[in-house]
Amino acid sequence: MMYEVDARGLSCPEPVLLTANALKTHGSGPIQVLVSENHTKENVRKYGISQGKKVTVEQDGLGFRLIIE
Amino acid sequence: MGNIDSKRKLMMFGGVLGVFGALLAWMGNPKNMAICIACFIRDTAGAMKLHQAAAVQYVRPEIAGIVLGAFILSLVTREYRSTAGSSPMIRFLLGVIMMIGSLAFLGCPLRMVIRMAAGDLNAYVALIGFGLGTVTGTLALKRGFSLGRAYGTRSYSGYILPSILVVILIASIVTGAMAVSEKGPGSMHAPVLISLAGGLAFGMVSQRCRTCFAGGFRDLFLMRNYDLLTIIGGFFVVMLIYNMASGGFKLSFDGQPVAHSQHLWNILGMYAVGFAAVLAGGCPLRQLILAGQGSSDSAVTFLGLFVGAACCHNFGFAAAAAAAATESSPAVAGGLQGAGKAAVILCIAVLFAIGFVPRKEQI
Repeated sequence: MMYEVDARGLSCPEPVLLTANALKTHGSGPIQVLVSENHTKENVRKYGISQGKKVTVEQDGLGFRLIIE
Repeated sequence: MGNIDSKRKLMMFGGVLGVFGALLAWMGNPKNMAICIACFIRDTAGAMKLHQAAAVQYVRPEIAGIVLGAFILSLVTREYRSTAGSSPMIRFLLGVIMMIGSLAFLGCPLRMVIRMAAGDLNAYVALIGFGLGTVTGTLALKRGFSLGRAYGTRSYSGYILPSILVVILIASIVTGAMAVSEKGPGSMHAPVLISLAGGLAFGMVSQRCRTCFAGGFRDLFLMRNYDLLTIIGGFFVVMLIYNMASGGFKLSFDGQPVAHSQHLWNILGMYAVGFAAVLAGGCPLRQLILAGQGSSDSAVTFLGLFVGAACCHNFGFAAAAAAAATESSPAVAGGLQGAGKAAVILCIAVLFAIGFVPRKEQI
């Protein structure tokens, strides 16, 4: 089961902070991050890339699902 | 639309915002106010007679334009999401605090940068406070501060603020219901359509590149990320060039328009703004953009800014601008009186209570 961060509905920069914490604790495997807004998706995507990770983005209803590995 | 990643593009977007700011100043807005969010919300509150400060009453079309610009673009790009429910009354309070802090310094973070670009050294002093405020807010975030989640709501909940602002703007043009300053900053303004167009463009660009003055410093301290600061850099450079070219640049503490040199209160005022803006997830400009793209929570923050502005002028919390002596009046040192100083201290105490008092509740 992939580790999941549910950052839907949270204000900036909480989604990125939660992602950063998850990468610290579960960074060995892929993690999944759920966000609800385009700008938070972009922030998390850029953060993942800045950490040298591969980031895949999928539409998930009205929000987004990011797989960071 | 593609993603905006490169620093050069971000710098360019900031430069475009600077061009709009310079254009509005050139067309008649107060020179180193140009497009100050706090000042313009305060002027609008005055025009609606929520306060009686005669020099700062005018419905600023830029405010409706910014919200509407973000609203329209977010509908076009399908980024519009009507959301609400993330501690709205705390956000209201943070809006009030941001306005009290801004009017202690005489400008929001956007005007702080505009004043810096005009050589106003008081704004550089205030920048120290703003930086420290964002650091404090960032520490609260690191300790786990959160206002909780926003949830989806009726789509038209997000239409309400843009609609109300348009109605206020139309009422100001076609009726005599709104107050209009005859002298002072409120009497200086670009033509209505230019102001509206400038606001729309400012809102669209800011929605697109996520302009946030508090976010710029927050991301620097939190993640060593310079993206948002790069936009501010581009904005600063263009405003600096405009001021140099138009003769508006003067490197000094005194003789600056709508400013004062109470250094401690400039620092503490902007400290409160930086701290509150990080807790609220964005500076006053960013709140307008988020409200435009459907956040009722940010719309509530806007209402806090609005009510805060009225309180500042009704209860003497706003700073007075310094003024040189003239034939008919003596020199005015400007700055905060006792009530304003007490309000700023109280605001900072409240921010510490909101940001640092530990809570165990799950939200």
